[in-house]
Amino acid sequence: MQLTAEEKQLAVETARRVAASHRPGKGSLIPVLQEIQADLGYVPAVAMQEVAQLLNVPAVDVYAVVTFYNQFRLTPPGRRQVKVCMGTACHMKGGQIILESWERRLNIKVGETTPDREYSLERVACVGCCTMAPVVLVNEEVHAKVTPTRVDGLLFAHQLAKEQVEGGKAIEQGGND
Amino acid sequence: MIEQNLARLVQEAAGRYGDGKETPVVMVGAATCGRAAGALAVLDAVSQTVQRLGLPAEVREVGCLGHCYAEPLLVVAKPGWPAVAYGYVDEGTAGRIVEDFLVNDDPCIEFALAALEPNELIPTFADFARGACEQKVVLEKCGLIDPQNIDHYLATGGYAALARSLMQEPEAVLEEIVRSGLRGRGGAGFPTGRKWQTCREAEGEIKYLICNADEGDPGAFMDRTILESNPHLLLEGMVIAAHAIGATQGYIYVRAEYPLAVQRLQTAIKQARSKGLLGEDILGSGFGFDIAVFQGSGAFVCGEETALIASLEGEPGLPRVRPPFPAQAGLWGRPTVINNVKTLSYVPHIISKGADWFRSLGSEQSPGTAIFALAGKVVNTGLAEVPMSTTLRQLIFEVGSGIANGRQFKAVQIGGPSGGCLPEEVLDTPIDFDSLRQAGAMMGSGGLVVLDQDDCMVEIARFFLDFTRQESCGKCTFCRLGTEQMVRILDRITRGQGRPEDLDLLENLARSVQAGSLCNLGRTAPNPVLSTLRYFRHEYEAHIKEKRCPSLMCKDLIAYYILPDKCERSCDACVGSCPVEAIANNEDRIKVIDQAKCVKCDSCRVACPPQYSAVVKLSPPDAVPGGGGVK
Ligand SMILES: Cc1cc2nc3c(=O)[nH]c(=O)nc-3n(C[C@H](O)[C@H](O)[C@H](O)COP(=O)(O)O)c2cc1C
Ligand code: SF4
Ligand code: SF4
Ligand code: FES
Repeated sequence: MQLTAEEKQLAVETARRVAASHRPGKGSLIPVLQEIQADLGYVPAVAMQEVAQLLNVPAVDVYAVVTFYNQFRLTPPGRRQVKVCMGTACHMKGGQIILESWERRLNIKVGETTPDREYSLERVACVGCCTMAPVVLVNEEVHAKVTPTRVDGLLFAHQLAKEQVEGGKAIEQGGND
Repeated sequence: MIEQNLARLVQEAAGRYGDGKETPVVMVGAATCGRAAGALAVLDAVSQTVQRLGLPAEVREVGCLGHCYAEPLLVVAKPGWPAVAYGYVDEGTAGRIVEDFLVNDDPCIEFALAALEPNELIPTFADFARGACEQKVVLEKCGLIDPQNIDHYLATGGYAALARSLMQEPEAVLEEIVRSGLRGRGGAGFPTGRKWQTCREAEGEIKYLICNADEGDPGAFMDRTILESNPHLLLEGMVIAAHAIGATQGYIYVRAEYPLAVQRLQTAIKQARSKGLLGEDILGSGFGFDIAVFQGSGAFVCGEETALIASLEGEPGLPRVRPPFPAQAGLWGRPTVINNVKTLSYVPHIISKGADWFRSLGSEQSPGTAIFALAGKVVNTGLAEVPMSTTLRQLIFEVGSGIANGRQFKAVQIGGPSGGCLPEEVLDTPIDFDSLRQAGAMMGSGGLVVLDQDDCMVEIARFFLDFTRQESCGKCTFCRLGTEQMVRILDRITRGQGRPEDLDLLENLARSVQAGSLCNLGRTAPNPVLSTLRYFRHEYEAHIKEKRCPSLMCKDLIAYYILPDKCERSCDACVGSCPVEAIANNEDRIKVIDQAKCVKCDSCRVACPPQYSAVVKLSPPDAVPGGGGVK
């Protein structure tokens, strides 16, 4: 996935700002990367280079950390990050079926982002809501006891919300004319 | 001095803490599980009702009572009445309960789950089979106090154990923990006192205490619940531990998937600092200790002590060879104690009630209580605390009220991905560290997933192996490649392509992975395979010899079929539910599944009204009349 010049610029600035509030050295590495990801939704290569320099940690070590941990993303997530729980309880209650429903509806595979960057699809290990299995997170919100029809329902609700926002914008623009 | 400082804090707190004796309190369980069930909307409805009616009531956001199956949960404590818990509430019922109970003195018994104290009106939790098994120590205040308000914790006796321990010599505190026989609740059951002693005696000015809140086992949520429901209990335990071992800095390593726990911990730490219960010169004792929260980044292996330390040091989480043990040389090479959330949460209770009290619970070799997360096919999912040596049967059939939907119990998966699956025959095993190991499982951290007749044991073994394969850090060849091979074999079997010699091969590989791995991830990874081979060999054989999945779970070995004589022709429920339009009418308007199109999503079976139950699964797939047109 190609990043735009603005995205790169933003990544560098974010990395600088975050690193400035931490002491140099490896001990700060993971918290700094986490903060960058919290801000940007991912940790692009340019940010890693910047962090390496600012914290005085070899770039290869930064890369080793980012790739070792499941949580770090190298590419931008969708505006709606869909995460399907694949923990034991969710698996036994049909998590795989739910994941496949999303794949089918979004027409992407797990780990991918839709071309319009509206959705990304991931699997997560147990989010600790096993009593509500199977569980899906859309951004930070937990959806309990999900069924394939509920997946359709969520998508439909997103669609409606989006149309409402766009409709609102159109009206606003109309008013400004 | 220490005593007076605490007394002052408690006095201040008491003025600000409502316990339902003077003004009514309405509590809404809003831990992650409650929120998933809609607790925040309920909380909103309760606040609005209280406001609209101008009631002098306190609305309190609390953690989890453990009765997750009934969430969202509401507790109403009204002066002159027993406190009552309500389950399965929604915005509407919540508003009604608040109005009827607080204004009209009608406790809405029809919605009540149970009362929290004995009375003549409503049975208490203790009156149910579950209550008879449960004995809450660590979970005592969970779901009843505001986790974000230190005053509630203080006013209900919190931090008294800390004051008491600070007035003693560290050695005396340590001695009490040694005498209590407390064993670590993070999985292995290592004696906590001995670990502390090693660290205390180790050379070095600077020592660290780390709380392991990584809770990587899928199916486990005990630690999350404690962190979200009563974070001060953990903080208190940590300060006492730090005093005993001589640590000056502490870390709580929390997994990334627990954002609410992190937030509540951070609030709690700030509050404890502002009251002088954390930081320099705690309660005027001269002892200083502070705690920082470190967030994990989603690697299961980081729950392992040495990998966790590597991760804190900013490295990839690779386990290291032991010895030296972390208690001798841990974080930044300094003596470090690592304990689980539950282990540390027992500490204040042991200090205030004494080692003998602790030993009076549970069994000789495993004293105390055990906390379990009950999930899967059991009726009452949730969190339960029972004395050690309670049996698995009691836990599943009394605490959990048995198997949901009238199905048959098949197995219980205990000890996380590297635990084991135990069948009916061993349900009378008392739960403690040693008996479970003998049965071929392990205590683990307390995740308990109940499986019924619809769950395939080969598939579950495949699932766990796949999990450990993905989470292997890759340092050891056997762990990295051995598990990979095992997954491939299991995969093949679940797809009906297994060979008779596969079972011996699996067993051999399992032994080699156990022997050839450095850390316990690899050493225990084969447990699910070995325990299912030991207890459920016939299921493997059905997959291999008959290409059939007896539990009708393995996708490649089943087909969906609509029973013609059961299909109610004018009902189109299944047709509408199918995401791939695989269902059509035949000339008699009976629904028929196009097997080539069906993606086996189960929607039609769920959609078919129970009075017809016309959609069934068949295995092997060619059991569908006419061959079903598959393979
Ligand atoms: C692969 C692996 C994962 C582990 N995950 C956890 C965990 O998530 N939480 C935990 O407390 N202990 C975990 N442990 C056990 C810890 O290494 C350690 O034994 C424990 O935290 C010690 O605390 P305790 O003495 O209080 O039990 C794990 C061990 C292994 C080998
Ligand atoms: S056993 Fe596995 S997880 Fe443990 S150190 Fe070896 S490769 Fe890593
Ligand atoms: S199992 Fe799913 S895909 Fe197959 S027929 Fe039923 S609804 Fe359609
Ligand atoms: S297994 Fe999905 S939330 Fe625990």
